Amino acid sequence: MKVATLVRGAFAAALLLALALGLPTAALAANTEVKIDNFTFGPQKVTVKVGDTVTWTNEDDIPHLVVSIGHYRSQALDTGDKYSFTFTKAGTFQYFCGLHPQMQGTVVVEGAATQ
Amino acid sequence: MSAHDEDHRDGLSRRKVLECMTWAGTGVLWTVAGGIPTSLGIVGEAMAETTGMTFLQISDSHVGFDKPANPNALGTLEEAINKVKALKAKPAFMIHTGDITHLSKEKEFDDARHIISQAGLDTHYVPGEHDIIDAEPGALYKARYGQNAKGSGYYSFDQNGVHFIGLVNVADLKAGGLGSLGPDQLAWLADDLKAKSASTPIVVFAHIPLWTVYEKWGWGTDDGAQVLGLLKRFGSVTVLNGHIHQIVQKVEGNVTFHTARSTAFPQPAPGTAPSPGPMKVADDKLRSVLGIAEVNYKVGSSRLAIIDQPLQG
Repeated sequence: MKVATLVRGAFAAALLLALALGLPTAALAANTEVKIDNFTFGPQKVTVKVGDTVTWTNEDDIPHLVVSIGHYRSQALDTGDKYSFTFTKAGTFQYFCGLHPQMQGTVVVEGAATQ
Repeated sequence: MSAHDEDHRDGLSRRKVLECMTWAGTGVLWTVAGGIPTSLGIVGEAMAETTGMTFLQISDSHVGFDKPANPNALGTLEEAINKVKALKAKPAFMIHTGDITHLSKEKEFDDARHIISQAGLDTHYVPGEHDIIDAEPGALYKARYGQNAKGSGYYSFDQNGVHFIGLVNVADLKAGGLGSLGPDQLAWLADDLKAKSASTPIVVFAHIPLWTVYEKWGWGTDDGAQVLGLLKRFGSVTVLNGHIHQIVQKVEGNVTFHTARSTAFPQPAPGTAPSPGPMKVADDKLRSVLGIAEVNYKVGSSRLAIIDQPLQG
């Protein structure tokens, strides 16, 4: 217990120090989950920051495939399979299911990245 | 006017689609007599009175599927093939309208071939979207079935005076779109049909319906209307599809549209469920849903008579 508390405390202190010094805080990059259920991406639109990762999980009994033309393309995701993509540029990225193209979603990436 | 709009105008209302839809069996046996393909009945029906050429359609075997809607899709494919083997009159050949496999895995293709070959029939395939999701999309399918085909796997052949055309409408799908053939395939089709006389009976088969069954679930083909335009001058056109795991049929002028059932699992009727995903029925009902139904289309009649006949019970 004590050790764990100590480690957590040390991590928090290091983090504060990093923030104070304006060091890159990649460790803060967030992961946003998108569920594929009933032939729908949910949420249909997610907003993340540059450096964040979006993870899609297929919860249908049918495979799906996440495609954003020119940016990324997953393998076929069977039930329970996941696909993650880390967004390194700001912008609005439309995507769809390569097997069921009526399924569509959007990832908005906010950030100070220069395009 | 886009192909879409046109499809909509000529297409069935949802109510009509539901009206002329019903469950049927594991395969549909077709005969060609006097130039008009006629659906004789589902596999399992005696073929005693048949004359002319007969062929068989199976679809959506989804080998590899093991989810609750049917934990053993290979087993039900085998049951369907056993029905085919038991036919008194041997069909000339078989067509498979796609989704042979569930995940385009090598083993799934091998298992499917092992079972389907037991029918002892020449089998002509077109891919479904599930057959081209390998690492190099379509490579495994084409290595097995596409040697003599063009592009993504389309081709034609003649048998007993009937011109058969296998089309691929599952490749390079566009965001928000339906099934798609693409300009190369349409140009090939126009060229393929050029030398054919208008009296040649035409059978077109592809995975996704070439007409709009239910747009919201993607059950249609964006440029399907262009295919129908090319076929307008022909006196007898039959369009056979799969993909929607249920029988839907309509007759429009000289064109008969028909979708076959799956050998693996049922899907809901358009709009009757939140999504078109596999429909789970009670275990003891599965074969009654996959079960056979008699489909009878008499020459000169615009409707197909369908009588449900469970596989078991």
